[in-house]
Amino acid sequence: MKEQLEAIQSEALEKIDGTNNVKELQEIKVAYLGKKGSLTGVLRGMGKLSKEERPVVGEIANKVREAITDALEQKSEILEQEAMEKQLEAEAIDITLPGRQVKVGGPHLLTSIVEEIEDLFIGMGFEVREGPEVETDYYNFEALNLPKGHPARDMQDTFYLTNELLMRTHTSPVQARTMREFDGGKPVRMICPGKVYRRDTDDATHSHQFTQIEGLFVDENVRMSDLKGILDTFAKKMFGQERKIRLRPSYFPFTEPSVEMDISCKVCGGDGCSVCKGSGWIEILGAGMVHPNVLEMAGYDPEKYSGFAFGMGTERIAMLKYGVNDIRQFYTNDIRFLKQYHNA
Amino acid sequence: MLVSLNWLKNYVDIGMISPEELAEKITKSGIEVDGIEYIAEKSENVVVGYVESCEKHPNADKLNLCQVDVGDDKLQIICGAPNIAQGQKVAVAKPGAVLPGNFKIKKVKLRGVESNGMICSLKELGVEEKYVPKDAVDGIFVFPDNVTIGGNVEALLNLNDAVLEFDLTPNRADALSMHGVAYEVAAILNQPIQLPEEAVEVSDEDANSYVSVEVEDKDLNPYYGAFIIKDLEIKPSPLWMCNYLMAAGIRPINNVVDITNYVLLEYGQPLHAFDYDRLQSEKIVVRRAKQGETLVTLDDQERTLSEDHLVITNGLEPVALAGVMGGAGTEVNETTTTVLLEAAYFVSSAVRKTVKDTGLRSESSTRFEKGIDPNRVKKAGLRACQLLQQYAGGKVLANTVEFDELDRSEKVVEINTTEINKRLGTEITIAEIIDILNKLRFNFEQNNEDFTVYAPTRRGDITIFEDMLEEVARIYGYDNLPYTLPVGASQAGALTERQQLKRDIKNYLQGTGLMETITYSLTNEKNIGKLISPEVQENNPEPIALAMPMTEDHKYLRLSLLPELLGTLGYNQARNQSNLAYYELGPIYITHEKTLTKQPDESLRLAGALSGTWTEQPWQQEKKEVDFYLTKGILEGLFDFLQIPVLFKQAKLPDMHPGRCATLTLHDEVIGFIGQLHPILEKNMDLKETFVFDVNMEKVFAAYSNESTYSQIPKYPSIARDIAFILDEEVLAGDVKATIEETGAPLVKKVDIFDVYQGENAPDGKKSIAYSLLYQHPEKTLKDDEIEESFNEIIETVNSKYGAYVRS
Repeated sequence: MKEQLEAIQSEALEKIDGTNNVKELQEIKVAYLGKKGSLTGVLRGMGKLSKEERPVVGEIANKVREAITDALEQKSEILEQEAMEKQLEAEAIDITLPGRQVKVGGPHLLTSIVEEIEDLFIGMGFEVREGPEVETDYYNFEALNLPKGHPARDMQDTFYLTNELLMRTHTSPVQARTMREFDGGKPVRMICPGKVYRRDTDDATHSHQFTQIEGLFVDENVRMSDLKGILDTFAKKMFGQERKIRLRPSYFPFTEPSVEMDISCKVCGGDGCSVCKGSGWIEILGAGMVHPNVLEMAGYDPEKYSGFAFGMGTERIAMLKYGVNDIRQFYTNDIRFLKQYHNA
Repeated sequence: MLVSLNWLKNYVDIGMISPEELAEKITKSGIEVDGIEYIAEKSENVVVGYVESCEKHPNADKLNLCQVDVGDDKLQIICGAPNIAQGQKVAVAKPGAVLPGNFKIKKVKLRGVESNGMICSLKELGVEEKYVPKDAVDGIFVFPDNVTIGGNVEALLNLNDAVLEFDLTPNRADALSMHGVAYEVAAILNQPIQLPEEAVEVSDEDANSYVSVEVEDKDLNPYYGAFIIKDLEIKPSPLWMCNYLMAAGIRPINNVVDITNYVLLEYGQPLHAFDYDRLQSEKIVVRRAKQGETLVTLDDQERTLSEDHLVITNGLEPVALAGVMGGAGTEVNETTTTVLLEAAYFVSSAVRKTVKDTGLRSESSTRFEKGIDPNRVKKAGLRACQLLQQYAGGKVLANTVEFDELDRSEKVVEINTTEINKRLGTEITIAEIIDILNKLRFNFEQNNEDFTVYAPTRRGDITIFEDMLEEVARIYGYDNLPYTLPVGASQAGALTERQQLKRDIKNYLQGTGLMETITYSLTNEKNIGKLISPEVQENNPEPIALAMPMTEDHKYLRLSLLPELLGTLGYNQARNQSNLAYYELGPIYITHEKTLTKQPDESLRLAGALSGTWTEQPWQQEKKEVDFYLTKGILEGLFDFLQIPVLFKQAKLPDMHPGRCATLTLHDEVIGFIGQLHPILEKNMDLKETFVFDVNMEKVFAAYSNESTYSQIPKYPSIARDIAFILDEEVLAGDVKATIEETGAPLVKKVDIFDVYQGENAPDGKKSIAYSLLYQHPEKTLKDDEIEESFNEIIETVNSKYGAYVRS
């Protein structure tokens, strides 16, 4: 019987080794281990054996069964793996074909810049204020130390709706409105982005509508050196740490002293080139110490409070930062233009 | 203001500093120098030549053959200028000279005859044609007789000058004069200043016997001075004066006119010369014009005047518009021998009104408008008399006939060293302040750290402490201010809820594939009434127009964002960019007043416009065009994100496709609309098929609440049931859905439409819509019979309401 068993084992193992498909393997399993299989048949004959022989043959039989089972499992695993490999190979795709892109839009470049500047000043404790685009003559001019007939009104050609109502020419009225709202009672730290309008003919450098960002800081003991410090922080964050700023005296009716701020030219680093017209500097914004008349008209005591204000053109910042050369691009909304900056 | 450096050097020593360096210093101290112009690039080897003979060229009719003495040599030169003649002194470019434009002069042969140089016009020497005296425009420039043969033309014609172009702010009217510029430059360079003395020798005759002066409106004209100069000889001005005028951008005319212009530039004081004989009166009366009175001005235009305008009259009729322009009838011309010279102070408001009404703006009016120095009015008149005596042979009569109620006092400003340092953040010493005031040539009294400053009248802009603060700071140097940060208590900055929400909405829209745009708020007549949302239109808004639009394209304040937004779509489509998905967030401007008396309501809207293909890379996908449901889905997603219950209701609106349009309603109130544009509008606007939406964001913000409360995640299983109804074509899927939701509440948690079929397999006039219902109870597992009962009730209700039956 022992020989019989060993023969079955070697025969089965040979067959297992020889097959290469799952179905045959299954048939082999049935042929040896199945209810009518040869090993089962042999084992069935165990009853006829003597008491002494039975455990010995039983042990051999178990070993044979184990060997066949192991071989079947091993082979099965190999075959399954081969089958899977084959299937995966068949499933291969051309990964160079384009993906199904999710359509993504984006912000307008001016919005990106405004939000960047908003966040920068929010980080310095400023709040963001808004104001009406249709303004009264009072808030747009008079409250800013520009009484009727003031020669500096010529600096800004105004779209009037009536004698008293106009399209705001700057975001500065929001200064006056905010201070008036606070009623001289507390410090002000605000910036105000918004649309403004001038009576200009649209061309590469002029637009009858554009965007300004205004800033106002009023408190006790505010110094002009604080303005310089804040503007320097702003310029470096906005344009790069290597940039230098320069303040020049200027004139705005609502600030005294008034300044223009230049930053060192990025292209030439200050040596002078065609971008900065040889000066090494590029004009960025206007600023100054809030004029005592403006503080007083808004209910702030100029003996107690002082402050600074600044205002910049968003389009100008965008043009300098991204090299846009025609201001009309911001309003024609050419998709090819918008897409260039949708992650700005 | 154009500032000739050669002219400036007469008053202040600028040393060896280059024009560029000087411009930089001036800019940093407060006057922006916009540009530097060199009159001519180096014109070497150009000398004065004497034309000894001038004959016709043997082989050319229009050319002349000249023998020219250039001092150290005699040159044969061929010249084509029509005004060349024997005996003239002219500018000769010798061989080897290089003229502006890198034009090299060489020996040449012209029609067989040798020419050894060129006789030059001013234009060829680099002078801009508009400044060239009229008689020298079409030919060569002829020097006066007194120049030396062989002399250096560069110096004689001021060609080596550099001109700084000042971009003056309105407060710095003082720099509208060479004297003012001299004070500024002297302060910056810390140099002394040398101004001319107004020394006039007067004749025995008294000007008072020639003219009297009467001023009716002394508020507008507090000083009027009249000088009489007799026996004048009208001729060209001296060369140096012509040169300076040309450098300053003024064309020389004759000595009398040039001298008034020269003094205007030198002192910043406008002057006017009347031909005394043509005045036909011995009287000057300054008054307001009478309504409808007329005057023909120097430019030969007849001006109709009103009481707003100040005029100079001869007692009978106007002879000049005060401070703006003289009259043609009393103009100085070649026959003039006696002049009445006016030096007056007109207040800026009087002149501004005349300028505004007549559109006449001149060097004179600009200075009056910005304010002149009361202490230099008469001095300027005397200076002009001096020059008329010197260069026009005039006899200046004794006495100035004047009306004088002019305030010439200096403004007193108190400053204090501590206060200055407190405001600037500096540590400027008392000595430094003294030094700064001295550089500025301001008079002051000092008592320790307190100063009483007497601001000179040329600096009318200085009236208060802060003005002096700026003066001190700018001379001290803005570069020398330290960098500090404010010391006050810090506070947290943040966006308001509304500002944050605006950003969130933009981010959502951009995430769905829309591109943000910004369009103009001002639109045209054709667009103003278009695509106004029904809830805006319902209240009959009045269009708001600009009083003086720049163009018809931008005349009205928009009542809808859509027309301008659609304009941008058209712009792109015309450039073959057809796949567009745009949105804009911005205000419209609403009023109900016919005549605006108060600010309109600025109401924030969200508008979108989509056109073309949505899926752009269709190699394995169906190419998807933008359609109504895509557009609607974007809005549904937005309202879902904001958690506000907006409903879409079928509607017919002007300019919209009648079958593809809906209003948006929130709590039974219309807050906008969505749909496809009407094909006629698309055609008129040259647009491809376009879908739009417009939402009232004020209403959206009002309905929004950011207070989310926690609700239990359901523990019990949900059960899905599907059902398909056969419905009449006209029945709306949404209505049926609403009925299912209503009937199934509260067990039915969610109803989705998953199939809509209309066609061959549906009966005529019918369609099939399949709904998927989700049942769920918060506290228990639903039993089959509970669901069955609800399901049957739904079928019955839908059947009775819409005549629908269940598709088997």
